[in-house]
Amino acid sequence: MADNGDDDAQYRIKGGDYVVLKRGDIFKAVQIQPKKKVIFEKQWFFLDNAVDHLYSTTFEIVSGGVLQPKKLKDAESSTDTKEAGTDNRNIVDDGKSQKLTRDDIETLKEQGLKGQEIIQQLIDNSSTFKDKTEYAQDKYIKKKKKKYENTVTILKPSCRILAMMYHGREPGKICHLRYDTLAQMLTLANIHAGSKVLVFETCAGLVLGAVMERMGGYGSVIQMYPGGGPVRAGVESFGFPAHFHDMLHEFPICHVNALLAGTLDTTAKEPSADSKQSTVAEEKEKQNQPEAEQQGSPEEQNMETNSGADDLEKEQKEKRKEAKAQEKKVKLEEKRKKLAAAAALLEGRNADGLVIASRFHPCPVLMGLLKFLAPSRPFVVYSQYKEPLIECYTKLKEQGGTISLRLTDTWLRHYQVLPNRTHPLLLMSGGGGYVLSGTTVAMDRSKSAGSQRAEEPAPKRLKLTDTEG
Amino acid sequence: MSFVEYSDFIQDGDVAIVYLGHDSMMPVKVQKGAQTQTRYGVIRHSTDLIGQRYGSKVTCSKGGWVHVLHPTPELWTVTLPHRTQILYTTDIATITMMLELKPGSVVCESGTGSGSLSHAILRTIAPTGHLHTVEFHQQRAEKAAEEFKEHRVDHLVTVRNQDVCKDGFGVTGVADAVFLDIPSPWEAVRHAKAAMKKQGGRVCSFSPCIEQVQRTCEALADQGFEEISTVEVLLRVHDVRNVSLPLPDFGPDPSSQTESDAAAAEKAPPNHASVTIKTTTPPREIPGHTGYLTFATKPRT
Repeated sequence: MADNGDDDAQYRIKGGDYVVLKRGDIFKAVQIQPKKKVIFEKQWFFLDNAVDHLYSTTFEIVSGGVLQPKKLKDAESSTDTKEAGTDNRNIVDDGKSQKLTRDDIETLKEQGLKGQEIIQQLIDNSSTFKDKTEYAQDKYIKKKKKKYENTVTILKPSCRILAMMYHGREPGKICHLRYDTLAQMLTLANIHAGSKVLVFETCAGLVLGAVMERMGGYGSVIQMYPGGGPVRAGVESFGFPAHFHDMLHEFPICHVNALLAGTLDTTAKEPSADSKQSTVAEEKEKQNQPEAEQQGSPEEQNMETNSGADDLEKEQKEKRKEAKAQEKKVKLEEKRKKLAAAAALLEGRNADGLVIASRFHPCPVLMGLLKFLAPSRPFVVYSQYKEPLIECYTKLKEQGGTISLRLTDTWLRHYQVLPNRTHPLLLMSGGGGYVLSGTTVAMDRSKSAGSQRAEEPAPKRLKLTDTEG
Repeated sequence: MSFVEYSDFIQDGDVAIVYLGHDSMMPVKVQKGAQTQTRYGVIRHSTDLIGQRYGSKVTCSKGGWVHVLHPTPELWTVTLPHRTQILYTTDIATITMMLELKPGSVVCESGTGSGSLSHAILRTIAPTGHLHTVEFHQQRAEKAAEEFKEHRVDHLVTVRNQDVCKDGFGVTGVADAVFLDIPSPWEAVRHAKAAMKKQGGRVCSFSPCIEQVQRTCEALADQGFEEISTVEVLLRVHDVRNVSLPLPDFGPDPSSQTESDAAAAEKAPPNHASVTIKTTTPPREIPGHTGYLTFATKPRT
């Protein structure tokens, strides 16, 4: 108990933290930034006051968008009502039961009444409330609470919360991947600390973040990305400690074929390498990301050769150009190093897991990336649609090298549990997407031995040939 | 081999999973000189297993072959010796995410049962977390402890043989998450609360009957738990099949007279025409109920 103060440090909200706002079942991920206006559930406010409070604190939004920590239990007791009806035979929906008008309520709000007080006013001015059954009263209060209470709870982000948030708010961004489906994938792929996992996703980074959370900073995650660069805004929302990013690598899938063929050139060039080499690298760069900022430089060069008027200006330009080129070179070198590091991780073809969840056709993705897995390792492929996974299944059966193939989806139902009123919720999700899972095994010698021999063996394989040889 | 760390080669003392065919697997304790009988013949551990790469094909004495797999909690769940009713992967996956388990989590569990969930928890919380698992049946507790040792996860788990409803989890203020799979979870809710960190955490109760859920939810609310939510999750398997659908023969169509008779005859489907499609079929019977999962958040206290 003595070290409580110290204990709580990690549970306190700090400036710059990524947090999740919650009201009822609604979530929103935001970053705590000074004087930044945040809009949540049609209300705006500032998060500045939340700093130094503990996570999971509920705040009341008061005038001026200021957050005020809500006192514990100041709400529950005030609306206890004793009178209740037995059934609804005397309740007529004539729109006259509520005596307060819209304007009255607005006036109350302007007077600075809190949500709780407004609800009490509504109850006091309802002619039918006391005739409602106890259950109906509960329901009424709950409904009004949702409408008039302006509180917000600030949570520490987690895979559970973010998966539910994305599914609720922006399912299109995560290929309609439902949270329980994501849960199945993480478990079926045996994601755990210390392994080497390949992730291919177009789910805003949610799947990648989920994998990283389960690995806790131990091992390596290689994001195989399509197009010009990895997309993973969602990973930020997890608010991982900095060292988690050390385990994250990235590799563009446009280089997968070259890597598999052994023609991918990532060898280190001398830092003082001549311009020829750097332009070669630049060319490569251009191929990688055609739509990126490359456009600018060639035009600039042309302009300069044409003008050549003012010497001083030219010199300055030259200097700037040089600095820019230098900067570019450094960036390029960093990028090359990153590519080389990721390539080195992949080359051994001994990854421990593969997770695919994208809007791409899963079949070519799976066939291409499965080659990087060691034998006896699980893989999972998510698709919003069933048919492409049937295709994957068929192809894998033909090709061999995998067992325990299973195409599944999960059915998820929420329940209302209340004394004497327990039943499934009236609405449920119609589907959460499909998952194909399986395990890799060593390919038949007749089929693959030759091709595997041809490649440079990984250090581990060397040992095997030693003992065999 | 360990249940929390992959290795590439099979070694003496490992537990390997022999994959005999679709949904047919068995665990094997690898021992120098030992033999294992399968329906495809004998597997000789010294020659067929030790030193081989996990995932390789092993030919048995009768000429049939099997694959030898590295153990995972999921493979263990479908091969473990049942001492009780067990939790399956679909529920386990949901529990793992909703309890927010990750490396470093401290978890309390009761009962241990056959250890199906325990292995999955250990995999997820390794290498820095800890599992306190409580089982009131002495032999089961001992057997579980023995298995944890064989699976090289014993450094991550403490097994206690006691009644969680009476004696709690044997720890206080340490758990990030608590899982209850006992006949009367409502009697253990206060112990769950006591075992959890003061900063709060997540709790889950698994019960097959809705009456149990009802009482547990009441107890959770009484103890100040928040965000109480009950769900049910079921796995639906889609078996990929080639299906042949015969085409009906309505006889010659006199209305399509424009074409020559010969062409029409050619076009008409032959007697036994059919179309083959690739589709999925549901299994005839599936588990339609396992249990209700009730989750809740313990606030800071």
